[in-house]
Amino acid sequence: MQQFPFDEIDELYRKVILDHYRSPRNMVEIGEPDIEYDEYNPVCGDRVVLQLKLSDGRVEEAGFHGEGCSISQASASVMMDSLKRKTLEEAEQLSSTFRRLMQGHTLSEDELTGLGNLAAFQGVRKFPVRIKCALLAWTALEEGIAEYRRAGTR
Amino acid sequence: MTTANPRANENASGKAAGAFDVARIREDFPILKEKVHGKPLVYLDNAATSQKPRVVLDALEHYYTTENANVHRGVHYLSQQATQDYEAARGKIRQLLNASDDREIILVRGTTEGINLVAQSYGRQNIGEGDEIIISAMEHHSYIVHWQILCQERGAHLRVIPMNDDGELLMDEYEKLLGPRTKLVSIVHLSNSLGTINPVEQIIEMAHGRGVPVLIDGAQSTPHMTIDVHKMDCDFFVFSGHKLYGPTGIGALYGKADLLESMPPYQSGGDMIKSVTFEKTIYNSLPYKFEAGTPNIGGAIGLGAAIDYINGIGMDRMAAYEHELLEYGTERLSTISGLRLIGTAREKADVLSFVLRDIHPHDIGTILDSEGIAIRTGHHCTQPVMDRFSIPATARASLAFYNTREDIDALVKGIDKVIEVFS
Repeated sequence: MQQFPFDEIDELYRKVILDHYRSPRNMVEIGEPDIEYDEYNPVCGDRVVLQLKLSDGRVEEAGFHGEGCSISQASASVMMDSLKRKTLEEAEQLSSTFRRLMQGHTLSEDELTGLGNLAAFQGVRKFPVRIKCALLAWTALEEGIAEYRRAGTR
Repeated sequence: MTTANPRANENASGKAAGAFDVARIREDFPILKEKVHGKPLVYLDNAATSQKPRVVLDALEHYYTTENANVHRGVHYLSQQATQDYEAARGKIRQLLNASDDREIILVRGTTEGINLVAQSYGRQNIGEGDEIIISAMEHHSYIVHWQILCQERGAHLRVIPMNDDGELLMDEYEKLLGPRTKLVSIVHLSNSLGTINPVEQIIEMAHGRGVPVLIDGAQSTPHMTIDVHKMDCDFFVFSGHKLYGPTGIGALYGKADLLESMPPYQSGGDMIKSVTFEKTIYNSLPYKFEAGTPNIGGAIGLGAAIDYINGIGMDRMAAYEHELLEYGTERLSTISGLRLIGTAREKADVLSFVLRDIHPHDIGTILDSEGIAIRTGHHCTQPVMDRFSIPATARASLAFYNTREDIDALVKGIDKVIEVFS
């Protein structure tokens, strides 16, 4: 990175993001998932298919597959790590916090700490067209949970 | 009425014999002086839309500040002025395409509307159950979808001419596809995602051998080569003004007069009718039969100014310069390790589409943008082309005659930065 000064690009492509993009975690197929949601952005072709297996109301296993840019795929990979053993309510809470971060809201210290590696995506905020990429997996999560609940109440 | 751009002649006189003075040409495009993220703009997204020379902007301002009125209606001075200039623009488009009659030039919003017009009017009238429409594997989505809708509606079938790994159409396959049920051939002249120039004259000749009319999508070709619909002998030809250095929202459909005469109107409204009673409406004559409602008068006048500007420089000189630039760009990009050009046809223009290692084109686009370099990334509305090459998307630099070797150098340097970030 010596040739180029520390700038917004470095801020966007933080180490943790590139790391997760190159070696995505939890890129696995989950057998008989309780929640499965395929989110696709037709404009840019990014896709994240999210799968969750629940046990006692908590996320037991989380997996995804998909294709797309580094931001969309890294975001999905980091998200998977952070969902483990969370209840659906906690997952939704996290999703809402992450969404607020992306929308440019100032988060409290506690909230930022709670985001862990997800805080690395802050740099995306300076690139409005890429915010959608960062939120793709989270949209899949929210829609997947909503679909699961609707099915449960039928 | 003289054109509202006295500077057109200035540009014409500026064409020095021999060398192509790109520095001087760049002076005509105000936007090229802009900075993006603090860096000089390097605009390499010309296949999406082109920039506009000052003379086009002046023509728009002149029209709206001195002669804005509705056309074909008023007896008052302004309306006559506006009508005269609007019709003069039609004449310039006719000359640009080398059509023989103003009646054959239908002013539309752009290529998409032009194709819609043919699909809705000619298509509905002439294509029935079991009939076939031939398109190519490198069509733009907007081009595929009209025919799909029509085929579904009519029970007709879409036949697709395949291409080779260089992005060239397989003419033998085309020959086989032409059959007794073929009712229309609809082909892109210059591919927006590959840069391939298709052999349209041969395609048309083969179709005509079987009495099949041909529509040519000239959206990409019109800004980069001399168009001659007479020589080409196409039955329909469409293009957009905004890719031809003119304003958005204006373009034209050329159609052979006898075909247009036989076709029903496409939209209804003012201007397309001669008389209306509750019992019967008599349609207006060509080209007005297809121009319902108040048209894009300012846009047409702006496009006319763009055509004057191009004529002042000379399309052949522009194309020759662009070709040199394309060769330079191809050579420079080919030296980058891990970069693969998509679209390597022998007959090619203006497009440098590529993939780079396993780096997603959107990441390439964002990093280049931070360097002030504008390219297009994605599937370029040609998903079947992406599928053909088994890639999700490409990064595409597309050239215009105001680009320079320095722009290419900046692109190469930007790609180096992409590689550095992702290494």
